[in-house]
Amino acid sequence: MAWDPGRRAGWQPEPSWSGRARYGDADPPFARPGEQGAGPTIDETGSVQVSDAMTAKTTTITGHGGDAIEAYLAHPEEGSYGGVVVIHHMPGYDDATKEIARKFAAHGYAAVMPNLYSREAPGASPDDAAATARAQGGVPDERLVGDVAGAIEALRALPGANGKVATIGYCSGGRQSFLAAVSLDLDAAVDCYGAFVVGTPPEGFPLAVTPLVDRVGDLSCPLLGLFGAEDQFPSPEQVAELEAALKAAGKPYEFHTYEGAGHAFFAVDRPSYRPEAAVDGWNRIWEFFGRHLSA
Amino acid sequence: MCTYRTEKVAVSGSGKGHDGWFPVTEATVYFDHPVHAPAAHTLNVDFLNPARGAGARVALELDPEAARAVAEVILATLDGLPSGLVTSTP
Repeated sequence: MAWDPGRRAGWQPEPSWSGRARYGDADPPFARPGEQGAGPTIDETGSVQVSDAMTAKTTTITGHGGDAIEAYLAHPEEGSYGGVVVIHHMPGYDDATKEIARKFAAHGYAAVMPNLYSREAPGASPDDAAATARAQGGVPDERLVGDVAGAIEALRALPGANGKVATIGYCSGGRQSFLAAVSLDLDAAVDCYGAFVVGTPPEGFPLAVTPLVDRVGDLSCPLLGLFGAEDQFPSPEQVAELEAALKAAGKPYEFHTYEGAGHAFFAVDRPSYRPEAAVDGWNRIWEFFGRHLSA
Repeated sequence: MCTYRTEKVAVSGSGKGHDGWFPVTEATVYFDHPVHAPAAHTLNVDFLNPARGAGARVALELDPEAARAVAEVILATLDGLPSGLVTSTP
């Protein structure tokens, strides 16, 4: 089935150029000295300087309840930058999601991905940690919010931080990104096919995870939603329900639903990967963060 | 999707994992994204020993039809045992 770029919804404040330079930007092509972000710049002599160096490493942040938890950090070596908390999917704090964190750094943002399973399985491989966390009931909402708050503090403490912060989450992390956005003061949030923002969790789910749509009035920031038309969780009807709630509450949002894509279409290491949807989705993310995370 | 739903059962026996054999004390069963199997969703079974850490795990990610077939032959095997064998003490 063909990808339909026309399926989009939502409204945003008038976009303004972010001041960040990205490869492919037509006007202006490069950031001027002192402007935000990685990528080529023009120095005082008019020479093009390329500074795309980054730092990427495992670190420790202070999470919910003052707990020291593992996190993956990636940020540009130079310049000022907005911050992104990357919320990993239910299969865990894995290589593919670390690669996403590095992608944000390559595009001029700092990213912190807390290991949400640090407490259950410190030092374990991501798949073993995910299995252990699942067996123990998963990540409580309150703890998630505390861990994201700790990640935000870590981002704001970086030397190049411009103070702006966002969350992005995939799969179960999509719901958790929305949860963070109705619980914390953010500048932007992205929900990538998060189930149970609306809709009732399956019977037998061991945690008291409830739909979050009734908290839409607490949304602190613009929301970008990226969904697959063939996904059942969230289904197109559930996405429409969330959109109606956002509209009724007068909250800024931008939704894109991709034909021919189901759940997890961003996951490059899984058969659910849909390159056309993922490439367009990434472009939507760059546009969205360009508007909302610039100083 | 992430199904969230997880069935958990206490078990007694042994499994062979990354570091060799170890006693397993619980099993979880869930239908969700696999780590390794080339499918969007699989029937996953983990045999665990939480007291020995997260790495004490024997993991399976099965196609749903294969999982059902395995479950049926397990039951058939147990049902076909000679009388009294299951209750015997080693």
